[in-house]
Parts: sequence; structure tokens; C-alpha cells
Amino acid sequence: MKPIGQITSTVVAVMDDNIDTDQLVPKQAIKDTTRKNYGDVLFSNRRYLGDGRLNPEFVLNDFKHEGAQILITGHNFGYGSSWEHAVWALRDYGFQAVIAKDFNDIFYMNCINNGVLPVKLADEQCDQLASLPADQPVTIDLPQQTVTFAGQTAQFEINAFWKDRLVKGIDDIEATETFDNAIKKFEQRRVEE
Amino acid sequence: MTQTMFDKLWQRHVVAGDDGEPQLLYIDLQLLHEVTSPQAFEGLRENHRKVHSPERTFATLDHNVPTEDIFNVKDAISRKQIETLRANTKEFGIRFADVGSDEQGIVHVIGPELGLTQPGMTIVCGDSHTATHGAFGSIGFGIGTSEVEHVLATQTIWQTKPKTMGVHVHGKLPHGVYAKDIILGLIAREGVAFGTGYAIEYYGDTIEALSMEERMSICNMTIEGGAKYGSIRPDQTTFDYVRGRKYAPKNMDAAIADWQTLYTDSEDDFDRVIDFDVTTLAPIVSWGTNPGMAVPVDRPFPEIQNDDDKKAYNYIGLKPGQTAEQIPIEFAFFGSCTNGRLSDLKVAANVLKGHHIAPGVTALVVPGSRSVKNAAEKLGLDQIFKDAGCDWREPGCSACLGMNPDQVPAGVHCASTTNRNFEGRQGVGARTHLASPAMVAYAAINGHFIDIRKVAD
Repeated sequence: MKPIGQITSTVVAVMDDNIDTDQLVPKQAIKDTTRKNYGDVLFSNRRYLGDGRLNPEFVLNDFKHEGAQILITGHNFGYGSSWEHAVWALRDYGFQAVIAKDFNDIFYMNCINNGVLPVKLADEQCDQLASLPADQPVTIDLPQQTVTFAGQTAQFEINAFWKDRLVKGIDDIEATETFDNAIKKFEQRRVEE
Repeated sequence: MTQTMFDKLWQRHVVAGDDGEPQLLYIDLQLLHEVTSPQAFEGLRENHRKVHSPERTFATLDHNVPTEDIFNVKDAISRKQIETLRANTKEFGIRFADVGSDEQGIVHVIGPELGLTQPGMTIVCGDSHTATHGAFGSIGFGIGTSEVEHVLATQTIWQTKPKTMGVHVHGKLPHGVYAKDIILGLIAREGVAFGTGYAIEYYGDTIEALSMEERMSICNMTIEGGAKYGSIRPDQTTFDYVRGRKYAPKNMDAAIADWQTLYTDSEDDFDRVIDFDVTTLAPIVSWGTNPGMAVPVDRPFPEIQNDDDKKAYNYIGLKPGQTAEQIPIEFAFFGSCTNGRLSDLKVAANVLKGHHIAPGVTALVVPGSRSVKNAAEKLGLDQIFKDAGCDWREPGCSACLGMNPDQVPAGVHCASTTNRNFEGRQGVGARTHLASPAMVAYAAINGHFIDIRKVAD
């Protein structure tokens, strides 16, 4: 995984609450057997019209927001399935971070595990971010746990353990393999009990 | 120090890590299916890793399988996913219940059925409805594919311990009101995110009186209230259910002696307690596009309070002030990991016996597993469903999520025993209305929901 330090980018906002995993990726896309190239299917029911053309009404199709790497959204983002494809779609589309009012628990971990930084901010701050001019950049500083926008700096919470992994870009399984002995001991103790 | 059942279960499985930090938990059982596992196996292969404990892993096919002719997968992409799991389980030496096997079915139906699911365990699956297994007094939770790979490789997972919430469910369920209504009613009252950050335990005299299958329906939908984990203390009902199943412990008495220590010492141990009285609970029907958008059958749909409501009404084609009886039902679906077990089919068959579904209604009955199908056929339930005009199908997830050929057409209102009513969940433009199997059966007969409390037994 790529280490995350600072992310500076313009933002795009989809402010609905309870954006579920079915909205993030259509079911037909999760039938694939690879981890790559999910960018085109992100929000597909909203991004495309019935005939496959881009829906001009949907904010992601607004050229002013092209290249935005930070998504701003509402409450309970990523609600629903455990489908990691939802995060792969965000990542492959180009989002490096999601700033939400709050996240679904399973989805939050899927973000952490894929290096898409989940940032929870207060409702007012999310609403402010959502109303920024399209060309105004926002900076997320993971080591400092701050989001800087429109001349203000907001602090966000992230567990120190997850933060460390993201900042260093640690491969989870490789890290856990250093606990091999502890796992073996645990299994032994179980057998003896 | 007194503890909740969840705390006890958690403590038993900590391999490393300090309290208050993410901890490395040992996983007793991982269930796999074709949709969320291919990339995990691919990751193992790329990094030359093996499966740590194949004996703690069990795989089956459920999401993609066609239920009309389960042996003939016409969709090439589905077929590839199915064949990939078949090959992966062979390569990595994992038990696999293929189509046609007596053990094949929806992961959350077969786990308990085979006795793989047991009290005291940690159980994971790349599926959010893994909360189902908590009904046995275990920690069951849904995980993403990266975590599936991590568990395959190490038999452990890093998790932050959630807060705990007790949901005290008490009172006698009124006639016509079921376990499904308890969980739908709870989410309708508390919202779709009330459980975020929590592990929930359901307890109280109502819960104690429920069968294992009813308890599973409740724990199953815990994720719809935002919590990854839903659990119930194991008791005699649990022990009786597990005893005699294929993978049940050899020494049941010793196992039970241990399982009897799994309970919450005091209500005060929960971080939060909420109270749910069922004595006045009515059958619940969802009107909108998340499971919290639901009302008692005799109550009008709510006024529009925000953009979410507006969007939901727009999609579903209904108006505030209408009632469930006014929804024109053209499709009925019986099945899923929520309500696809034998007792659910019995309830539905009991209603449909001697009746016919309304003209213009399509009804699918999809047993949750091969074993449920066989048991139902032995009881003659298949004939009752067929006589009533329903399609009797092969086991799988089917129209619960429409990843297979079973889909509800656009614009059609479907009375469904499933767990999610998201936009497009059962098919593009499909309009899902969640309810109990009895409510769905009466809706199929009448072409609309009715207040089944007014119908005699």
C-alpha cells in the first residue's frame, strides 16, 4: 500500500445520508474476480443514464469537479454490504480520501485496508466543505490529523494503530506474520484447555 | 469484574494487542462464497501464501447460482466466479459444498445447519449478514475481501473492540407478529445507524421464547441497524439445536458446560441499554429505500422530512399518508439468509395452503439451502407452494439481491422476506417492501398487504 502523508486536492460533494454499497457499485460489477478497474462503475446508477450516456445532472459528471481526489458526504456512508468493491471503485475513480459526517463500521475498515483515508468531521464542517468553490483546494494532513480549508483547520480522530499503518503503507498480512509465534501459542493453549 | 457476554467472547480470542487498541483476534471459522473471495485467493497466490487453517474454513456457492436450473449457469461472468471458487478451494484444500451437494446453500443458513456455527466462536465471512451467527452466542461479523485474505493467511484479524449495547426485548408477541417484525420495528424506531460502533446483544423473555431460526432472523438484520455484531446468549434452545449436527462438538456435555458460562453478568455492563416492548408491536412493512423506512401495517407512511425521504418516495412510487394495504403487489419473494429457513417456509405454506396467489402476481419460493429444500419437500410444502401458483426453486440468495437471473422487474412492487430494500437491490428499478413471511404470503394472495392480526389462525 502507498503511504499517505498529505493529500491536497479539490473536493466534490455527494451529500446524501446513508449512501449504501449498492449505490456505490452495481451488483453486476461485483461479479468480477479481479481487484482492479472499478472506477467506471462508481455511482453508476447515478452517473449514467438508462442508455449509458453520462447523466449531466450528477455532480461527478460536472467538468468543474474533474480531478477531485476528496469526496465529501453525509451520515452513515458505506452502509450495507461488506463488498470491498465499493472502496475499490472509489480508489480506482481517483479518490484518495472520503470526508463524511460518519461511516458504516465495515466500510470504514475496508477504507483503511485499501488506503482510502476515511475522515470523520462534524456536520457543519462537512457542509462547509461541500459548499466550497469547485476550484478551491483542501489539504488533509494525516500525520497531523488535520483538514485545512478556507483558512481554517479542523482536527479529526483516527486510531493511532490504523494511522501508523496508513502513514507507513504497511502490508497488513506481512505485519501480522510477525505475530506467528503468538498465534501458535494461542492455538496450543486452546488444545490444552 | 463483571462483563458482558461480548467482552467474554472477545477476551477469549485475543492473540495480541492491548485493551483499547486494535487487537489481533483469533478466528474459529471463516465461511466463504464466490463473490468476495476470488481476489483474496489471488492475493494469497501472488504472495506465495498458504491457507493457515483449511479445517477452520468452509466454502459454498450462494450469491450467483441460478435457482431455476442450478446446474446450468448461463451468465458467463457468474460462471467464472463460480468456477473460480471451485478451483480455489481445490487448490488450497478447503471444504467446499458445490451445487447439488446436500450441504450447499446460503452461507448463513448452512453454517448453523451443519453445526459449524457454535456458541463461543468467532465467525467471519465476506458478507455483512454474518451477524446471523451471533444468535448462537458467538461473535459473527462481516468483513471485506482484504480481511478475508488476512484471515485465510493468518487465521486472525485486527479489530477494534466496539462498545456494547443491550437491547431488552420483552412481552408476548401478539398474534400475527413475528421475529422479523421485532428487528424491523426496532430499526424503524431507532434508525439505520443506531448500532454504529456497537456490538448488540438481544435479551429478555421475548428472545428466550424464540426458536433458533427466529433468533437468527433478528441477529441477521442487526447490520441494517448499523451494528456489525448482533448476539443472543446461548441457552437450552441453542444447545438442543446444535446437538447431533454434522460438525457439532464430539463431546457435547463438555461443550455445553463451557457455553453455559457465556452470558452478560449484569445489564450495567452494557455501554448502552435500550428497551423494546413487543406487546403492542404490529406487523411492519417497509415503504422506502432503507430498512428504517418502515411503518406498522396500520399506520400511514410518514410526511417527507428530508431529501432522503423525497428521493425514496420518488423511487418507490408511493405517497405520504398512504398505507401498506395500498401498495399494489405484483411480486412476492420468499427466501434469503433472513427468512429462507424451514420454519419460515412452513409459516408461508400454512398461509398459502388452499389459496392461490392473486392474478398478476409472480411468487418465488427459494429455500435457503439444499437441506431446507429437502426437508420442505418431505413435508409436502413444495406442493402447497406450487398449488398456490408459486415457483418452487433451487437454493441460493436469488432475488434478495438479484445478482443471478432472479430479479424483480423495474417499477414492480415486491413483498419480500429479505433484509434490504435499497434502490435497485432486487433488480434495476425494483421496489422492495420488507416484511415477515406471513405478511408476504397474505400479500401474494391479496395483491396487497393486509393487517394479518385481523385474520384468524
